[in-house]
Amino acid sequence: MTQPMTPALQIDGLNVYFGAPHESFHAVKNASFTVEKGASFGLVGESGSGKSTILKALTGLAPQWEGTMRVAGQQLGAKRDRRFYRSVQMVFQDPYASLHPRQSVDQVLSETLYLHGASNIDDRVNRLLEDVGLGSAFRFRYPHQLSGGQRQRVAIARALAPEPEILLLDEPTSALDVSVQAEILNLLSDLRAEHHLTYVMVSHDLAVVAHMCDQAAVMQNGEIVEILSIDAMRNGDARSDYTRQLLAASANRVA
Amino acid sequence: MTPLLDIKNLWVKFPTRTGVVEAVRGISFSLGRERLGIVGESGSGKSMTGRAILRLIRPPGIIEADHISLHDQDLLSLSEAKMRAIRGQKISMVMQDPKFSLNPVMTIGAQLIEAHRLHSKSSRAEARTKAIEMLEAVSIRDPERVMKAYPHEMSGGMGQRIMIAMMLIPNPEILIADEPTSALDVSVQGQVLSIMDRLVKERGMGLIFISHDLNLVSQFCDRVLIMYAGRIVEVCDADKLHQAQHPYTRGLLGSLPRFDTPRARLDVLQRDPAWREAPSVEARP
Repeated sequence: MTQPMTPALQIDGLNVYFGAPHESFHAVKNASFTVEKGASFGLVGESGSGKSTILKALTGLAPQWEGTMRVAGQQLGAKRDRRFYRSVQMVFQDPYASLHPRQSVDQVLSETLYLHGASNIDDRVNRLLEDVGLGSAFRFRYPHQLSGGQRQRVAIARALAPEPEILLLDEPTSALDVSVQAEILNLLSDLRAEHHLTYVMVSHDLAVVAHMCDQAAVMQNGEIVEILSIDAMRNGDARSDYTRQLLAASANRVA
Repeated sequence: MTPLLDIKNLWVKFPTRTGVVEAVRGISFSLGRERLGIVGESGSGKSMTGRAILRLIRPPGIIEADHISLHDQDLLSLSEAKMRAIRGQKISMVMQDPKFSLNPVMTIGAQLIEAHRLHSKSSRAEARTKAIEMLEAVSIRDPERVMKAYPHEMSGGMGQRIMIAMMLIPNPEILIADEPTSALDVSVQGQVLSIMDRLVKERGMGLIFISHDLNLVSQFCDRVLIMYAGRIVEVCDADKLHQAQHPYTRGLLGSLPRFDTPRARLDVLQRDPAWREAPSVEARP
């Protein structure tokens, strides 16, 4: 009997809370999903539905959680070790806020590489910049000398630095113009193919999720309403009323 | 039909240490009782156009135009005091993010009442009734409670509806909406737009709708100006936006991921330096 491949990410009965115990807010309620290796999984829903919170709990930015989370079969505890951060990296929504304004691109990338114990950092920085389509000319620039799209490329390069297996994308293009969004989405598709990455992408834009992902979970009020494939979404095979509403609201916008 | 607003050869310039930055470069358009969309990327000058109409560009920024006429009055020749009477009463503006536009330390009610009393000499009680009426007009269910609440207690969609209510209290002839729904979820976006649509229609107002979202504009507006590098590159009827001719407009449309037709790769906009230099298209009848 052949052993089935371990999924890249397994989340089972995840609950996340915010705030002090006596008045805590239940942000994610009993969420479960599995992402296969090399797949691209979307999380969609309105703001406040808990989609970003799942990513936060996974990376250890939301400490009050219960349930089980497994990355490549390894169960996560209260603290994450360095190996975890080498295999899971995150790209944030706002490229204007996620880069240090007083560190050059070179400092941002070299520091990340140094912290992950890389050797020949100099070559690696140049290669990372090539990978994200910037080139070494951008190496000694500061964030204010870059456009929004270029900053997001630097943020992606930083996430790629430890050679992760899973990339968590929290609304990676919602702060960008549509023309720049197209460039970044193309870049992300290319990188996924080249580096055999697994993506978990949070977005409120169904068209973006449909373009990038194979499967998506629809969230409302902290609960996963349903998990369905993108094909099913396109065909309108939604089981829950909420998904149908969401599809209708987005379909109107697709001309 | 005489236009409400007519703008000829509008320039917005910012002198900097490295030379003058021209944010808007000689555009002309007019607005009737219609919904006019202005679309473009960030930095195309669309928001600056909206602000220039209300003369909201601070020095050292410079606004130049042959004229910006509201009916037959040139706004550029008015004194600052007269201009204040135009802002709000005749032309109002809704900004992108309600979080930054409402006063965080005043209740919603106090802000609405203040807005009303600034523009008409009415008693507090009258202003209060009017404020509640306006909140009802923007479909807020429990206006009495909302009057007593502070902005942080409101969701984004409610905040934006309150902003719209506040802007409509003095009954302006023109509403400039600068990305009014960009900070909102898709489901809430629809509600806010339909409220705005209804109010604009009922009152026979002119609306300038500034947005980067092509799909939204094509559904919501009557006419669309497409801006690039401070100039208008194309004008078309909103329902014919998808037959637009200009390569820039075509490029923007092509770069959108589409829900119904999957593609392996998105088209990337190839910019032609000639677009920058091409003369601005006149959007006047």
